[in-house]
Amino acid sequence: MKSKDRNYFKILRAGINTTYQDLGRNNLYHIGIPFSGAMDKRNFQLLNSLLQNDYNSPVIEFAYQGPHLKYFGKDIFFCISGNVSFKIITKKGVIDGNSYQCYLLKNGDEVDIHSTNKSVYGYFSINGTFSVDYYWGSCSINTQAQIGPNNGNKFSKDLEIEIIDINNSFNKRKLDYLGSTIENIRVIKGTNYDYFSESSQNKFFKESFKITKLSDRMGMRLEGPKIENIVDPNIKSEGLVKGVIQITSAGDPIIMLSDHGTIGGYPKIATIISADYDRLVQLTPGSNIKFKYVSLEDAETLYKLYQMETNNLISQIK
Amino acid sequence: MIKNILNLGDAALYCDFGSDVNQEINSNVIKYFYHIKKLNLKGITNLTPSYNKLIISYDLNIHSFLSLKKKIENIEIKESNKLEKNLIKIPVCCDNNFALDIKRVENKLKLKSEIILEKFFSKNYFCYMTGFVAGMPFLGDLNQEMRLKRLETPRVKVPKGSVGITEQFCNIYTFETPGGWNILGNTPQNIFDSSNQSNPNLVNPGDTIKFYRITLDQYNEIKR
Repeated sequence: MKSKDRNYFKILRAGINTTYQDLGRNNLYHIGIPFSGAMDKRNFQLLNSLLQNDYNSPVIEFAYQGPHLKYFGKDIFFCISGNVSFKIITKKGVIDGNSYQCYLLKNGDEVDIHSTNKSVYGYFSINGTFSVDYYWGSCSINTQAQIGPNNGNKFSKDLEIEIIDINNSFNKRKLDYLGSTIENIRVIKGTNYDYFSESSQNKFFKESFKITKLSDRMGMRLEGPKIENIVDPNIKSEGLVKGVIQITSAGDPIIMLSDHGTIGGYPKIATIISADYDRLVQLTPGSNIKFKYVSLEDAETLYKLYQMETNNLISQIK
Repeated sequence: MIKNILNLGDAALYCDFGSDVNQEINSNVIKYFYHIKKLNLKGITNLTPSYNKLIISYDLNIHSFLSLKKKIENIEIKESNKLEKNLIKIPVCCDNNFALDIKRVENKLKLKSEIILEKFFSKNYFCYMTGFVAGMPFLGDLNQEMRLKRLETPRVKVPKGSVGITEQFCNIYTFETPGGWNILGNTPQNIFDSSNQSNPNLVNPGDTIKFYRITLDQYNEIKR
């Protein structure tokens, strides 16, 4: 490709953990490969809808501090989802951007994504398609197993992000959305719930836990009252799913997130319901969470409601 | 053969085949795994076989717990269904640089290192499951006199290719990861290959593994 025909971003600063993500890869747990995919699926969906892209188009996910990108090529639109502070640097000057709004970029313009606000993950994409390789049907980067484009590594400085396709029939749209937070994280009881003393079971639902800094795309470690195991601190290793809360031998909860190890040997006290997963992953280290018990039937209904809410938001994009 | 089906969260079935760990129960898990995989049911997003459990993850937009549970309960598998088994030979070098825990194992088992390695290499091992990290095989069973616990404090980084033992099991670290198994050697062979998307794992559940010992020179030769 001649360089004047190229459309691409150059990464001036990579950010803390910047990767390509889509909906992730299925049916590989048995060989040890987790789903991966965008941590916050609602914000992933909203972004692709705002940009009129296919529902499973690749986006750039960042955590805390995002990337600083410089654009080279013909006119293009970009959009950011999540609760994010960013600046757009053009020849005319510097402006503060708003999430869920599309902006035009011209050759030489820059987007500097300072940080996510009171949240962890944000998403960046364009009215087009990034040039990515697919691994088992997904372009999601799993840095732990080094699977995905960019040799399975997170973005680094000077990387060039190629764009293979720009949608020229695009019209600029936006969404008025302030994000969604919840007070309590709702859970279903786990398969080893009765491994824990009654007083610990009570504490698990009554007291709050603090999210520690040992949290990433693989898992979230919590700190709080010690959960006392009265049966066995280990079980025979078995399959895990995202959202499972295991209790370590030290009595601390650890929540499995999208890049988690596929099997584990700690007892499972509970599992986060699917409806609350997107909001769970956005909670920052240092914040406190409380768990609330719901039944399986309620969890299934709550998921349907959550999906309806997401679809409702998509229909409000104008 | 499934004793009980519970839910693991709101989007997975937890199929319980029993509480013991043995090849008979595990073979049943693996038979179900391959059978359900072949059915290619819409909305099944993952199957995770382990020693005595099978987790079936599903898309909540397509299935609910009760409807999928019924479907799985109605599956019939003939006891006579034979498992496909491959014999896979894997070279291991037990040079001092690789056998990180041989001293500890000597002390715990009260056996000389040469005896330990002789016993280790004299057996074939069965692959119960793969996972935790991509491609890592969980193999068994070690003889009684070879069994010991994990390290009290896990290593922050176990080198890729390390071959370790704990309790009745041995495994191979397919990536550099944290881990607490007792490391006896290292294999130069690639156990997981992400560029081979149709068959990335060298070892799959149900396979038989034969480890054979190589010298440091042979190790370096294969690595090259």
